[in-house]
Amino acid sequence: MFRKQECVAMLLAGGQGSRLYALTKRIAKPAVPFGGKYRIIDFPLSNCVNSGIETVGVLTQYQPLELNDYIGSGQPWDLDRMDAGVHVLAPYQRSKGGDWYKGTANAIYQNMQFIERYDPEYVLILSGDHIYKMDYSLMLQAHKERGADCTIAVLDVPREEASRFGILNTNPDGSIYEFDEKPAVPKSTLASMGIYIFTWEKLRKYLIADEENAASHNDFGKDVLPSMLAAGERMFAYRFEGYWKDVGTIDSLWEANLDLLNPKIPLDLSDPAWKIYSRNPGMPPQHLSATAQVQNSMITEGCEISGRVEYSVIFAGVTIEEGAEVVDSILMPGTVVRKGARVQYAILAENTDIGEGATVGERPEQATDLTKWGVAVVASGIRVAPGAVVPAKAMVEQDVEAKEVSAHA
Amino acid sequence: MRNYTALGLIFPNMHDDAIRDCTAVRSFGSLPFGGRYRLIDFVLSSMVNAGIIKVGVLTKSHYQSLMDHLGSGKAWDLSRKNEGLYFLPPLSNSDAKYQGRISSLADVMTFLHRSKEKLVVLSDCHMVSSIDYSAMIRAHEESGAEITMAYRRGVVPPLADIPQIQVDGTGRVTDMLLGRMSAEEALYGTGIYVVRKDWLMRVVNEAVARNQYHFERDILQGRLHEIALYGYEVPEWMMPIYSLESYYQANLQLLDAEVRRQLFPKSRPVYTKLRDCAPAQYGLHAKVENSLVADGAHIEGTVRNSIVFRGVTVGRDSVLEDCVVMQDVTVDRHCSLRCVMADKNALFREGRTLQGFDSYPVYIKKNAVV
Repeated sequence: MFRKQECVAMLLAGGQGSRLYALTKRIAKPAVPFGGKYRIIDFPLSNCVNSGIETVGVLTQYQPLELNDYIGSGQPWDLDRMDAGVHVLAPYQRSKGGDWYKGTANAIYQNMQFIERYDPEYVLILSGDHIYKMDYSLMLQAHKERGADCTIAVLDVPREEASRFGILNTNPDGSIYEFDEKPAVPKSTLASMGIYIFTWEKLRKYLIADEENAASHNDFGKDVLPSMLAAGERMFAYRFEGYWKDVGTIDSLWEANLDLLNPKIPLDLSDPAWKIYSRNPGMPPQHLSATAQVQNSMITEGCEISGRVEYSVIFAGVTIEEGAEVVDSILMPGTVVRKGARVQYAILAENTDIGEGATVGERPEQATDLTKWGVAVVASGIRVAPGAVVPAKAMVEQDVEAKEVSAHA
Repeated sequence: MRNYTALGLIFPNMHDDAIRDCTAVRSFGSLPFGGRYRLIDFVLSSMVNAGIIKVGVLTKSHYQSLMDHLGSGKAWDLSRKNEGLYFLPPLSNSDAKYQGRISSLADVMTFLHRSKEKLVVLSDCHMVSSIDYSAMIRAHEESGAEITMAYRRGVVPPLADIPQIQVDGTGRVTDMLLGRMSAEEALYGTGIYVVRKDWLMRVVNEAVARNQYHFERDILQGRLHEIALYGYEVPEWMMPIYSLESYYQANLQLLDAEVRRQLFPKSRPVYTKLRDCAPAQYGLHAKVENSLVADGAHIEGTVRNSIVFRGVTVGRDSVLEDCVVMQDVTVDRHCSLRCVMADKNALFREGRTLQGFDSYPVYIKKNAVV
């Protein structure tokens, strides 16, 4: 017997995140390290706990091992509750066959049993690829006050960027009259953040109908939301103000990490009133040697720094040797940058080893052809030989011998 | 692998009097150390790393901060269905006659009686080390000792209970002096013992019956030739803390890479209470040389040869040199601090200058405003 929960959160964490290429080859996107000591999923999970939502279903599908390990009992987020707490929900076989999650709506449909045991009034749908701090309880309050069937969180984006997003067109009272997916000529600048609150009774009805419709993609954005709107359900936009970033691409992941170094960006990770929790390895404090030069950077425990670090985010247990230079880069846990190596505009995934005097990435000012310039990425566990050169925009998935590799097509 | 043969007993209040300034509000075991730890973390972690997962903490007094730190023992993986961490404050009726280790042990006779383990590892918290207890337990079992004393070679710390010993070729302790102050190097006990549980219970009971309360003097020294007391020379790095100066020096020792390698061996991590702070942040004008910095620190100024704990803020144009600044200390702008040890949450207002000396640091107490 489970205690009733007013609101259950369902976190969609099954996507591959194919636009992160080498970074998500072996791990699901929500498990990608972020911000020195976090992973992307820490943000929605911590938001849930800080908003008072204690029941979270995490829907996994793609490469779940590391994500499952990471979530574990949910203890780091205080989500190891007696009957609420965090639950990893993978697709499973049932007596009449079984299926992978066909789409976001189907993933929730397949887990209706999980939701129903808490007999909730509302269901919060989240995705595992956004960096933001948000109080979902305020959104739920707005949902209740308006007597809504569905509330969608929206962000006011600059007009020139609006055509990259799913845009919601609303009436003055905030009710939605139209969805416009990546419009060429946007009528509004309210972009959907992929965060939905549904009144469960309603959503349940639509999920069942959607499943019976053979033509459906079983997707929230493409199918469920439009059919709710067409049927005249009460759908509202909820304006969110603050920092929010989709980190689904190499560039946006790199930017979002470096945003943490900008005091003008409103994403304070050290606010004691809204902590972002994570599973920590628990290493000794970082040591900066007499030759270290560190400016405008974030560095995490367990690091040994003897080189120059500027405008970079350095994760736990990284070694940067004397004479090495790391600028405008993201170094994930366990990376080693050896003597005299230079890393610029790069993302080095976990446990990469950059040999003496090697070069990874380059500054845009030095690029001969800016259209071919971009952030260089080295996949986890890769060794770059001493003196080797990894050019800008490279996507390195194999050890690099001492010759140049070609840029990613 | 889990060690079913030994349980641990930690004495966090032993030597409280040695650093009165810092232990006014806490026990010796909860003294902050090395950027993010408390002294008891090293003892607890070493025990857990040796597979000892039944650990009793024998507190005597002012143990609020220690209880807050240890919680359920989760951070040391000691929050378990079976065994785990046991907080063992004194029995209320024994307050008046508390006289050291024997009193504490007499209070936990029921705990010992109910335990299945055959051996007990006893440890104080004043020796900072990541000692490998499993090696010591093996040595104890091989020698056939009733009790094995971990010892170290060096200048004997000037603490009342530290035994200065001599051992013969077999490792047996042949002579013991207590409270002998000497500047010469000698072998001295570290307050760490491996002992047979039945033997320990018997000698403690007898000692109480004879009104003897000094473990080292009455049991070990007094009966040296009747008992099988062996020595075990600790091969790992160890640093004794016996005064404010040595406490300060031990912290700064961590700036030595070899010391860090010994104290934080990769295979035997040191655990502590988690705080979920953000990574350390270095500002545009930060200049940090040869320093240990913990997560949650925010540095805008200059820091040299110092230990910076979690949540410390160092403002722009401030200079810290040879300092130990503990959790949540704030150093405003334009301050200059040299050889200062600032306890938790102290505040240095803009433009303050303080200078101690290597062998005589200035100590700023918890929550102080300078």
